[in-house]
Amino acid sequence: MTIDLTQFHDAFFEESFEALDSMEAALLKLDVGAPDKELINTIFRVAHSIKGGSATFGFSDIASFTHSLETLLDELRSGTMQVTPAMSDLLLKSVDVMRAMLRAVQQKKPIDAQKVSDLQFDLELMIAQKSAAPAAPAAPAPAPAAAVVEPTRKRWEILFKPFPELFARGNDPLRMLRELAELGELESLPDISALPNFAQMDPQSCYVAWTLQLTADVEESAIRQIFDWAEGDCELQIKLAGAPAAAPVAAASEAPEVVPPAPVSNTAAVAAPQPAPTLVAAPSAPPKLDAVPKTDAPIEKMADSGSIRVSVEKIDELMNTVGELVITQAMLSQLSTKLEGNSAEKLRAGLAQLERNMRELQESVMRVRMLPINVVFSRFPRMVRDLAQRLGKQIELKLTGEQTELDKTVLEKIGDPLVHLVRNSIDHGIETPEKRTAAGKSPAGTVHLDACHRGGNIAVEVSDDGGGLDKNRILAKAKDRGLVGPNDVLTDEQIYELIFLPGFSTAEKTTDVSGRGVGMDVVRRNIKELGGKIELRSELGKGSKTIITLPLTLAIVDGQSVSVGGETYIVPLISIVESMQLKASSVSKLSGRGEVFSFRGYYLPIIRLYELFGVEPRTKVLDEGLVVVAEGEGHQRIGLFVDDLLGQQQVVIKSLEANYGHVEGVSGATILGDGSVALILDIPGLIRATSIRSAA
Amino acid sequence: MSSNAPVTSSGEGSHQVLTFVLGKETYGVDILRVQEIRGYSAVTKIPHAPPHVLGVLNLRGSIVPIVDLRMRFSLDRAEYTAITVIIVVAVMSAAGRRDFGVVVDGVSDVVDVNTEAVKAAPDLGARGATDYIRGLVPVADRMVVLLDIDRLIGTDIANLTGGATPQAA
Repeated sequence: MTIDLTQFHDAFFEESFEALDSMEAALLKLDVGAPDKELINTIFRVAHSIKGGSATFGFSDIASFTHSLETLLDELRSGTMQVTPAMSDLLLKSVDVMRAMLRAVQQKKPIDAQKVSDLQFDLELMIAQKSAAPAAPAAPAPAPAAAVVEPTRKRWEILFKPFPELFARGNDPLRMLRELAELGELESLPDISALPNFAQMDPQSCYVAWTLQLTADVEESAIRQIFDWAEGDCELQIKLAGAPAAAPVAAASEAPEVVPPAPVSNTAAVAAPQPAPTLVAAPSAPPKLDAVPKTDAPIEKMADSGSIRVSVEKIDELMNTVGELVITQAMLSQLSTKLEGNSAEKLRAGLAQLERNMRELQESVMRVRMLPINVVFSRFPRMVRDLAQRLGKQIELKLTGEQTELDKTVLEKIGDPLVHLVRNSIDHGIETPEKRTAAGKSPAGTVHLDACHRGGNIAVEVSDDGGGLDKNRILAKAKDRGLVGPNDVLTDEQIYELIFLPGFSTAEKTTDVSGRGVGMDVVRRNIKELGGKIELRSELGKGSKTIITLPLTLAIVDGQSVSVGGETYIVPLISIVESMQLKASSVSKLSGRGEVFSFRGYYLPIIRLYELFGVEPRTKVLDEGLVVVAEGEGHQRIGLFVDDLLGQQQVVIKSLEANYGHVEGVSGATILGDGSVALILDIPGLIRATSIRSAA
Repeated sequence: MSSNAPVTSSGEGSHQVLTFVLGKETYGVDILRVQEIRGYSAVTKIPHAPPHVLGVLNLRGSIVPIVDLRMRFSLDRAEYTAITVIIVVAVMSAAGRRDFGVVVDGVSDVVDVNTEAVKAAPDLGARGATDYIRGLVPVADRMVVLLDIDRLIGTDIANLTGGATPQAA
């Protein structure tokens, strides 16, 4: 009976991609300073588990490539090779190739064989070079070179010296020898020097030691595994001999030289590379210590993060059900207020308890969907490194607040805009080292990515200490193109706002400043789709900062309910500046531009919601209703005239487009406590719908 | 998708149709498209919607638009009373499946319609669009107008999704 392995493919791909991400991260950390043993181990484990997985699933191309990679990594791990920039580049490329291969296999497309074999050749070349280089001066015999030519058949020398009480622990040395013989050609030389004479012999003690020569295509771990049970009951030394099966006599006499009598510790091996015989060998571990290489248990180590994989649909379903519960609970509370009597009081108390529990439940479920923003941030070190290299700039990337958690949907969509902003910072923001030095700054520029919670929202900031934006040039260009009247006076914020206009500077990307605007409109559109805001701050010569404010989740919004006539609308709190009652004296009419009122020194247009939405209101007189001062894109403020404010509440966002379509000025709908539907207003959309431009 | 197969004279067997009354006429929709039947309750208005789209309702957690078929067919508008009924139907459009609520005067019956008995709708020329009529079928000496719900409401959907007015700022 065969098991259908395809059912595990998805899990394998998912895990492999994640593992590659962590490998990439480890590689990037590796190239700064001295190689950290633990990092190399992490990298090795990834290659190892991908190799294992792909071999199991029959992805032989991937398995073969990762095998070469593993061999190289093994050298690094054992300390026989040092990490060089060229190698770290090669390893990073390998990550890309492995990713591409996995993706190709996942999508059942052909693998780019040429690219793979090229890189595999490079890898093997590097192994061969490194192996050959130290071998030449150190080894008098040409044997090591032969080992490089045919690396698959290795000759292992094993010193197996059981302690006398080996039998008492239930171990059978003959079984081990038999198992070894199954791995390949085995020659054994028993050492019976310790054997006492017959009269003194204890039949339950072991007196024999073996020197074994194993010629086989196996890793050290495979050999060590055989001796697993005898660990601690014997002295075990495993060495890779340089030459393939030479005369057994010669090998035997060589053995004591090859195997150092004193156990060599891992660190010692790194510091002082062994001469010729230890070419590909992992350092021999002292048998009594726990320093046995962990090669046989890498997969378990990686999966042990105390988490389970759940499909997103299941979580969404859960979210929906909880949303329903919240609505039902609200409905019950509302009903209970109409009841009277003693038991009604108890019911209300119970419902209040229910409400608290509901809130907790809702938060817990929401947290399930949250992931740390590190998922997105982790791709930047690589990107910044590559880009800086290409542009000949020195850039230091600073990441803070990586643990800030965001809804998965938001997280998926925030990646591209952030990449764009970071690229802008590097490409147009940070100056060349020469320029920086001339300006009295340190030659290395800093790009800083930061995420934090801020008043129920998430703020993500991308800042750099580069050249900053030149307001006057932006303004001049805007005037040139007729976007701004020749005599208009704009605030700084409004000038930066120009950068977000579609195609504002794409036409003249030759200059530093204008290049900055490429695609900024796309960035803003993406952020807006997420219900967020973006703003830009800059100081000429000192750098600029882009601040993105995002809602914690797309499923729930904090809203202010307002009423117009019989209808209830929800205004997202993120858009509201304040609410106020207008005095008739503060309102003035502008011919052709509608009504405006003064608010903190500015004149804001008034949008009468009833007019826009065609609803019959309770009042049309401005000082009888209320005005909600709301902010759209780029500090564009309006006064939204409504009948009344009802209350603040968290509402579950429901799609209006699932069954209906897009409505200008409306971002979605929600279900109120009484089961009726209320529309959620989209302030920027409303402003566009009325096509009023704020008169400043 | 056999429920949506075009009516052909050679087709054998029958399918079930939910019939409902609108004014003096009896109409029928494929029973497989009917999600549920519920009483009328107040709807939330949608700004800028066509007049026959009354608004939206909460239907067990999803927001469903409600269409008044009387207005859609340019009949006199009737008062919504306790017996006014909403039939929730699934509409297949280019944009995928959508649920719509249809306000009718009353639901009458579920009848078996012999596919062979369905007559093509007469061409009324320019006076009335008949593309949303799948055919006519006599049921117990009444003429039932079989509706092609996808055509009837699908055009609305196309207008709504494609016709969102992007205003140049």
